[in-house]
Amino acid sequence: MEESADGKAKKAGARLCCLCHQKKAALKRPKTLEQICRECFYEVFEEEIHQVIVENQLFKPGERIALGASGGKDSTVLAYVLSELNRRHNYGLDLFLLSVDEGITGYRDDSLETVKRNEIQYGLPLKIVSYKDLYGWTMDEIVKMIGLKNNCTFCGVFRRQALDRGAALLKVDKLATGHNADDIAETVLLNILRGDIARLSRCTSIVTGEDGPIPRCKPFKYTYEKEIVMYAYFKRLDYFSTECIYSPNAYRGFAREFIKDLERIRPRAILDIIKSGENFRISTSTKMPEQGTCERCGYISSQKWCKACVLLEGLNRGLPKLGIGRTRGLNNDDKKDTKKTNGTKSIESKQCGTLDF
Amino acid sequence: MACSASACQSNCYKTQQEEEAVKANNNTNSFAANISSSNNNSNSGLCLKCKANQPISSNSDGGDDARFCIDCFRGNLFGKFRFAVTSNAMIAPTDNVLVAFSGGPSSRVALQFVHEMHSKAQKNFDACRDRSLPVFGVGVAFVDESSVYSAPSNETDKVIGDVRLIVENLAPPSKELYIVPIESVYSSDSGDGRERLKKLLDAVGDATGREDLLLHLRMLALQKVASQNGYNRLLLGSCVSRIACHVISATVKGQGYSLPADVQYVDARWEIPVVLPLRDCLAKELTMLCRLDGLKTVELIRSPCTGINGLVSSFVTLLQEENPSRECTIMRTAGKLIPFHFNKIEEIDDSNVLLATRRRQKRYNLKPNESFSSESFCFICNSPLSRSDLLSLKNLESHKTSSVCCSSCQFQILPQDPSSVNELYTLLPEQLFARAKHDNLDHCSAIREQIQDCLLSEGEDET
Ligand SMILES: [Zn+2]
Ligand SMILES: [Zn+2]
Ligand SMILES: [Zn+2]
Ligand SMILES: [Zn+2]
Ligand SMILES: [Zn+2]
Repeated sequence: MEESADGKAKKAGARLCCLCHQKKAALKRPKTLEQICRECFYEVFEEEIHQVIVENQLFKPGERIALGASGGKDSTVLAYVLSELNRRHNYGLDLFLLSVDEGITGYRDDSLETVKRNEIQYGLPLKIVSYKDLYGWTMDEIVKMIGLKNNCTFCGVFRRQALDRGAALLKVDKLATGHNADDIAETVLLNILRGDIARLSRCTSIVTGEDGPIPRCKPFKYTYEKEIVMYAYFKRLDYFSTECIYSPNAYRGFAREFIKDLERIRPRAILDIIKSGENFRISTSTKMPEQGTCERCGYISSQKWCKACVLLEGLNRGLPKLGIGRTRGLNNDDKKDTKKTNGTKSIESKQCGTLDF
Repeated sequence: MACSASACQSNCYKTQQEEEAVKANNNTNSFAANISSSNNNSNSGLCLKCKANQPISSNSDGGDDARFCIDCFRGNLFGKFRFAVTSNAMIAPTDNVLVAFSGGPSSRVALQFVHEMHSKAQKNFDACRDRSLPVFGVGVAFVDESSVYSAPSNETDKVIGDVRLIVENLAPPSKELYIVPIESVYSSDSGDGRERLKKLLDAVGDATGREDLLLHLRMLALQKVASQNGYNRLLLGSCVSRIACHVISATVKGQGYSLPADVQYVDARWEIPVVLPLRDCLAKELTMLCRLDGLKTVELIRSPCTGINGLVSSFVTLLQEENPSRECTIMRTAGKLIPFHFNKIEEIDDSNVLLATRRRQKRYNLKPNESFSSESFCFICNSPLSRSDLLSLKNLESHKTSSVCCSSCQFQILPQDPSSVNELYTLLPEQLFARAKHDNLDHCSAIREQIQDCLLSEGEDET
């Protein structure tokens, strides 16, 4: 990002913004490679998101919306842009920040400080739900018990539920997350690589979980990660950018690296992957397993007990391996991958869902 | 396929063996996966399958493939091939099959297997008293792309010589070999094809677009030679590895909609239906068979893939190294997408088609309602157009003709500004436009049919 912002700006010199034809071009827009000025960049960046929201009818006036807030770039920009658009276009939404405290010293406590500052900066009420409160365990304690091997399974399963529980406490109608176009393109590829046709058919939906307790939506579905970083950088937004200390992937996953390589020679490849994902001819009878409710906690689950309860039972009985092996194909797959490569390389970039949601 | 007459009782050892091949195929869909599952009970250091012979290599250095003995290894590959051929009615006794031979290991094995099947059928024919049923015909086509890569002529001559030798050295009956210059896609009366082709490729700015265009032209050339010489099947050696790469690159190019059309055993959207009997074999296995059986291949003068295709192929290679069943999984994913109505050989109402074959067809082929038809194709790459493609074309309708084109070709092959588009059109082979017009006429008549009852006069301008 640094090169494209500073380096290119110098080289572009006197060239004018190709949108307004008035100001000097300050950056090369990652999505289109157009040379534009900062103001036009803000404008197109925000306007595109607005169009996505309108065209897909993501929100209705009067709705209460929780924004998943991790303190990372995606969710910080999401909170900033959505509160801006809400004001500008009179969406009539009540926005809330919703954070999960996994209990990871040196990572989450710091990023939560960022979210707390965001609360004040954007004037959005913040709700924090913690693993400790919900499950009786912090991630630090879980890692102490099970080591660094499968911790992301816990992390991902627990967070997903924690967000839903937090959203229920806030009595919101919807949860908006900061998943960006790169994330979605990566998911499309991963589902192809794993043969998961059911997930492949749903992973490009902009709204998911409409049958569940709280629908989720992705206003950044078509927004490039690079542009989010650029936007945060130019706007000097306050975000937290350290990797999760328990996430074993300080490297990028194969699929993510591949997407970055593609983007370098053909920026529109990211959108093309999403387009492919939307247009795949998948039989409508390909469905996810029937959803019921967990007998123990009432959360949606296709099994007798939900995943979180199974994992929790294992932790509490001192059998932390319980439930880990029985995950769907992708996790089995993961284990094969890690075994093969000594756990240093993986095909995916964010093993526990995303810490930076 | 041994002897196609169901009545023939002489030494036609078809069914039993074939059933075995089917069974073998079902649980060796992925060769690698099969091996790893049977790893546990491999105690003796003997072939994993027959448990009698020495495996190709006893240490694991040779890879998983090496844990079969040579016979079982070959049998397994041929089984996959025969299964694909019989269960999809790829080759009937009356068919005339053109094998596209590129010189590489995959199409070399395809050529070998077709040849073996052919000699067996011929033997059975000779042994049968009742000679009412013919043996299918086999020809070979090699597309000479030297004009594109401007290779020195002595190198080209050597390659063609080698190809010729390979085909001649197949046991009789001898097979017709067609050396097809890629520029033959232009009609002979349109001047210097070589020059025109060069200009065409130069006019395409995107490196990936150029590669893909060349691929489409290669298919066009093969279709042309097949059609002109009376063939009714075009057989390609595309293997799992190749198809896995195509799955990823089509996805990356936004062609998710049309992708399932390209990855089936049969693709009959062309004038001459295309069949892919090696669709279930890995490149690694095919290369190994060439080595073991001393099947000669030809070193090709082709520049390596660049751009998107190059990235994709190194990505898939990396994934395959990390997990040896990855390519199979990728293909299996694409296999779960709904194919198109043209992805099967049209039902032949022929009592001579083996009953078993027909039964198998029923079992493995798609249900008709799952494959709905689509009427428009991209005039460049011939891929079926998605709704979103068609909708985005509306405003583009202004320039030239009936030729509609997919968003991928539009981006990577057609130039951005309209004036250069028309120039590029003059460089494209006429055949592309003829095909497009033909499709479009069909389309118009279909529409006409739908509104027939509302038309008042019997069409004044009917020709
Ligand atoms: Zn501007
Ligand atoms: Zn994690
Ligand atoms: Zn539960
Ligand atoms: Zn054997
Ligand atoms: Zn096309």
